[in-house]
Amino acid sequence: MDTTAIIVTVAGLSLAAFVLWYFFFSARQTASAVSTSGGVQEVAITVKGGYSPDVIEVERGKPVQLSFYRDEENSCSEELLMPDFSIRRDLPAFKTTLVELLPQQAGKFEFTCGMGMLRGSLVVK
Amino acid sequence: MEPATKTETLDIEGMTCASCAAFVEKSLSRTPGVQRALVNFATEKATVDYVPTQASPATLKEAVINAGYGVAERAPDTSAAERSAEIDRQKALAYQKLKRRFWVAVGLVVVIMPLSMLMLWPAMMQRVNVQWLNYTLLLLTLPVLLYSGREFYVSAWNGFKHRAANMDTLIAVGTGAAFLYSLAATVVPGFFTSRGIMPEVYYDTTATIIALILLGKVMELRAKTQTSAAMRSLIGLQAKTARVVRPDGAEVDVPIEQVQLGDVVVVRPGEKVATDGEITDGQSSIDEAMLTGESLPVEKKAGDPVFGATLNKTGSFRFRVTKVGADTMLSQIVKLVEDAQGSRAPIQRLADKVSAIFVPTVVVIAILTFVIWFDLAPAGTRLPLALVNFVAVLIIACPCALGLATPTAIMVSTGKGAEHGVLVRNAEALEKAYQVNTVLLDKTGTITKGEPAVTDFWTLPGQEASQLLPVVAAVERQSEHPLAEAVVRHADAQGAASLTATGFRAVEGKGAAATVNGQVVLIGNRRLLADEGVSLSPTLITQAEQLLSQAKTVLYIAVAGQAVGLVGVADTVRDTSAAAIKKLQALGIEVVMMTGDNPETAAQVAGQVGITRYFAEVLPQDKAGKVKELQAEGRTVAMVGDGINDAPALAQADIGLAIGSGTDVAMEAAGITLMRSDLNGVVTAIELSRQTIRTIKQNLFFAFVYNTLGIPVAAGLLYPFFGILLSPMLAAGAMALSSVSVLTNSLRLRSFDNH
Repeated sequence: MDTTAIIVTVAGLSLAAFVLWYFFFSARQTASAVSTSGGVQEVAITVKGGYSPDVIEVERGKPVQLSFYRDEENSCSEELLMPDFSIRRDLPAFKTTLVELLPQQAGKFEFTCGMGMLRGSLVVK
Repeated sequence: MEPATKTETLDIEGMTCASCAAFVEKSLSRTPGVQRALVNFATEKATVDYVPTQASPATLKEAVINAGYGVAERAPDTSAAERSAEIDRQKALAYQKLKRRFWVAVGLVVVIMPLSMLMLWPAMMQRVNVQWLNYTLLLLTLPVLLYSGREFYVSAWNGFKHRAANMDTLIAVGTGAAFLYSLAATVVPGFFTSRGIMPEVYYDTTATIIALILLGKVMELRAKTQTSAAMRSLIGLQAKTARVVRPDGAEVDVPIEQVQLGDVVVVRPGEKVATDGEITDGQSSIDEAMLTGESLPVEKKAGDPVFGATLNKTGSFRFRVTKVGADTMLSQIVKLVEDAQGSRAPIQRLADKVSAIFVPTVVVIAILTFVIWFDLAPAGTRLPLALVNFVAVLIIACPCALGLATPTAIMVSTGKGAEHGVLVRNAEALEKAYQVNTVLLDKTGTITKGEPAVTDFWTLPGQEASQLLPVVAAVERQSEHPLAEAVVRHADAQGAASLTATGFRAVEGKGAAATVNGQVVLIGNRRLLADEGVSLSPTLITQAEQLLSQAKTVLYIAVAGQAVGLVGVADTVRDTSAAAIKKLQALGIEVVMMTGDNPETAAQVAGQVGITRYFAEVLPQDKAGKVKELQAEGRTVAMVGDGINDAPALAQADIGLAIGSGTDVAMEAAGITLMRSDLNGVVTAIELSRQTIRTIKQNLFFAFVYNTLGIPVAAGLLYPFFGILLSPMLAAGAMALSSVSVLTNSLRLRSFDNH
């Protein structure tokens, strides 16, 4: 093994480690819902190559209104799936789509794009 | 206990600022009975929780108007249709764009490819300047990258910022690496030659990968629109206008959104019924196939319910509107199918887990592939070999196939089910139906019609049945009792003459009497005849006892004070039951019947339809227990019932199928609702579930096998043994085909037909 190979090996392994850390272990952006005077918990989510925020905390037993604004045309994000709430919604590009639901149970419920690549989760407390 | 509240959403008109919203909110909150009011200025919607006994949509509207604003009439259906039209428009536009990007890529690839191949001819290469050729290729590839492939890079970058990686990440990194290497080889070839590496370029690879992936996307998009075709045609069934009769008698065509509860609507032959209602006058036969899957038109007369979107065949009639918008049968079906399409099948869980970690894992594998090739290959070729295999791994991996495997099949099959009058509540219900090996049928209303019909018309010797029937029918025509209706139906079916009865009188709980042809005719139970002083002959009594032993209801007929005949009435077996049960048995399913009847009647009905195992004398509250009993035998039980009395049993069963034009209760308790009221729906549901789950299994198998074989081959695992390396272009072709294959396989479900 020459010096170049050693450099490539070390760089490659570090890059692999970085990829694993970055996608799986680094801290996520969390947001808590804002309750309005009417008791509805509202959260605005921007959809652009992912969901921001992608971890949403809400309280159990109160209606939740999620407004998804899809800020891109990329077809990856055109569908929104919340299987635990039986929701499949088309998100038109550059429009806000409202999704209303009532979380009855505490837990972590994932929502994803149509193919399960983009992910976010609703944490019910 | 807190009283049950209802939630109403109002579209508020005329709000110009956020303080208007606060004002409307205050006004609504002060309305008696309102527990919570929320006005959203951005969406111009008010969401109000109220106690139905103290407030109503009308009082809420009044509160808004008092505050100085308006309430737009809601037409949830149209907005749903409009929404889907808007989405369709966008999708069509996106499809056009995608196609343009694809053709641009193809146009450039057909130039880039032959130019790149010049290098394979050493004789040719001596005549052209490699430097110039590479720059030409660079110029040709740039538009492919920046125009056709732009979205991949943008999406990958957006994803990266969110710590999310998707299919675009793989394509962007793969093609990006190939392009950057080629760029370096073009601009600073000296750097490569000084280290003993040929400065090769991979512009053809970069451009071809993008073109092929776009081809895959074009095909995928086209196929995907077809998965929801059934759903769109369902929404499209909604009538656009209704011909409403105004109080002054004028008939006016009005948009469907403006039709109100209580309006009277006229329907002519060949027209679509606008919304749900009840016929007030006229009669017709109506094709309800679009809602129930029942191919034969249904006869309807005054008092019968009609449903929006069904087709009026023969007669004209008027109906009073009982349901509009989201409450109509069609809207409920659409909602149910929509919900089902959004649900997750348990079978998908593994695929979900895999796709969550798929892309970053593949990136790591690709990096390791690069490192290993770089370390092990001969010094002169290690960099190109490491690069090519790195790119191939990234490109061949297809997370889409995994992601599409289950949902596409569920979408096609739930839509298909709705076409056949089989409404599946969620994906889990389909999966349960697939596992069923025992079907438990509640006799009444499923195997049988659940309404009485005349089975015997017996007369004393010396009496002509053909003479007596019209006489009896004349009396019964004036009665509203269900048994009387059965007699009338029987007489009509026999083509009995129509006679007139005078002096009709109904005797509560006993029967009826009237005068026909100058003679007093009595028809009713034994008590009626006894009360009227009519005696029964021994032959008549024997005959009556025989009918009673068959669990039939007996009506006694007396003419001019003489008992002359008997009518046996019973719940009859549906014409389709025996054939449907046979089909279920052919599918390897044991069919078990339960009934509240005595064992003799149960045995008789069971024998008639080919059922060998049955439970007789089952009390309504014990039905769920019978389901448990079968489950204790290790069976996966589907319970088929009418949904009202059977709700607990439906819920207890592994999968409940509610038969008949589903009541709300049934839809709640049942995993599957059958719109058509016969057992063929059960066969359809089970066959559909079997085909769907089989398709899903094929898809998942393909997706897993494709990726687990494709990735190692692309990494060069076969090279040490067979000298095989996978070109990144072939990898791109395979990847484009894999997701299309999964989609195409799901679309095969569209040809599902159980007839």
